[in-house]
Amino acid sequence: MSRSALLILADGRFPAGGHAHSGGAEAAVAAGRITDAVSLHAFCRGRLHTAGLVAAALAAAAADGVEPLALDEAADARTASAALRTASRRLGRQLMRAAHAAWPDPQLDALAAALPRGAHQPVVLGVAARAGGLGPLDAAHCAAYESVGGPATAVVRLLGLDPFDATAVLAGLGPDLDTVAERAVTAARSAAVQGVEALPAASAPLLDIGAETHAARATRLFAS
Amino acid sequence: MHLDHPTTFPQRHTHSSPVRSDGSRRALRIGLGGPVGSGKTATVAALCRALREELSIAVITNDIYTREDAEHLLREAVLPPERITAVETGACPHTAIRDDISANLEAVEDLEDAVGPLDLVLVESGGDNLTATFSRGLVDAQMFVIDVAGGDDIPRKGGPGVTGSDLLVVNKTDLAPHVGSDLDAMARDAAEQRGELPVVFQSLRSEDGVKTVADWVRERIAAWIAA
Repeated sequence: MSRSALLILADGRFPAGGHAHSGGAEAAVAAGRITDAVSLHAFCRGRLHTAGLVAAALAAAAADGVEPLALDEAADARTASAALRTASRRLGRQLMRAAHAAWPDPQLDALAAALPRGAHQPVVLGVAARAGGLGPLDAAHCAAYESVGGPATAVVRLLGLDPFDATAVLAGLGPDLDTVAERAVTAARSAAVQGVEALPAASAPLLDIGAETHAARATRLFAS
Repeated sequence: MHLDHPTTFPQRHTHSSPVRSDGSRRALRIGLGGPVGSGKTATVAALCRALREELSIAVITNDIYTREDAEHLLREAVLPPERITAVETGACPHTAIRDDISANLEAVEDLEDAVGPLDLVLVESGGDNLTATFSRGLVDAQMFVIDVAGGDDIPRKGGPGVTGSDLLVVNKTDLAPHVGSDLDAMARDAAEQRGELPVVFQSLRSEDGVKTVADWVRERIAAWIAA
């Protein structure tokens, strides 16, 4: 395992397109559900334990060597919103480009060749982590952290929220992040034996609904 | 099997390589940056009109909040709609053209796949501040568009767009007498900041107002094909 590769992959400046996405935060701000640090914490905690857990388990399984195309189908089945499926594949394609430059690897090439329009982002994340010499727990941590780091950064831009408060929200979620990453790895280990059906399928209906209304908005700052 | 080491052609990963994966030459990519309202979209539209008979062109806009710029170009019908793509930039337009160019590169590839082969892709940035520049992984050349009404001290203030762009375009010269801008001073300041790099003063209100910039693009295309 390479701790440096983990830092590079988890860095918000890793050029994989995430900066243009709010993880549902813009829709939640527009609906009045995020107004301050307290409601940001609630939003992030909910996203982490639903979409974040699913993404972390997919990433962990991919990093563990579970067949990426099966995981990609599993991601489709676990993403109810068409807008979110599109966003995830777009981000997967962008992550592929950055990962290919950072850690050239035949498994990344094979996935890119099989799905040139983009595999789901958590699947690419897991394969990229593996290419960078990282393990399932690292990949799960990356995915879990991304699931809350994106919204927190977006809310700083959307609400002018104090960036120190936003960072404190993320730090406060640390124990939850660790728990989710460990649950994700346990699920991924099961999936390696029992198939992708063993992966969690938690969902947050408001995230799905918000993503659909957001995609239909004429004016927005973030793509999703 | 790897025929070349990844570090021999590092740009291959970001598709800065002049050759596409199928071996054909990719389009020349020119970026247009500059502050809000300086006339980037108007310049793109004028360039499309001037060059579309001789070159296969596509346009990528990086709108900040809406699809306004893309829709303006569509409304003006400067190109068929399938040749215009809008990239969303998440409140940070400079990030999408400099720090994380992945969405723009994807748009370039999609356009080349859908309507290619292309000779020229114009990448218009969202209206941003004076420090925004394009990554060389995204564009082969960039112009920075300012206007006389935005303050005739902009060339003196400098910044990477003013000092380092391949072409500085000072737009809306027809407005200079109305807003009290000193074009001679702007030219002097620009020359001081830019040395040998070219500066064009243009008014798109006049007939064929984009001619000098269009000629500059033609020269870049000729050099690109010759390289």
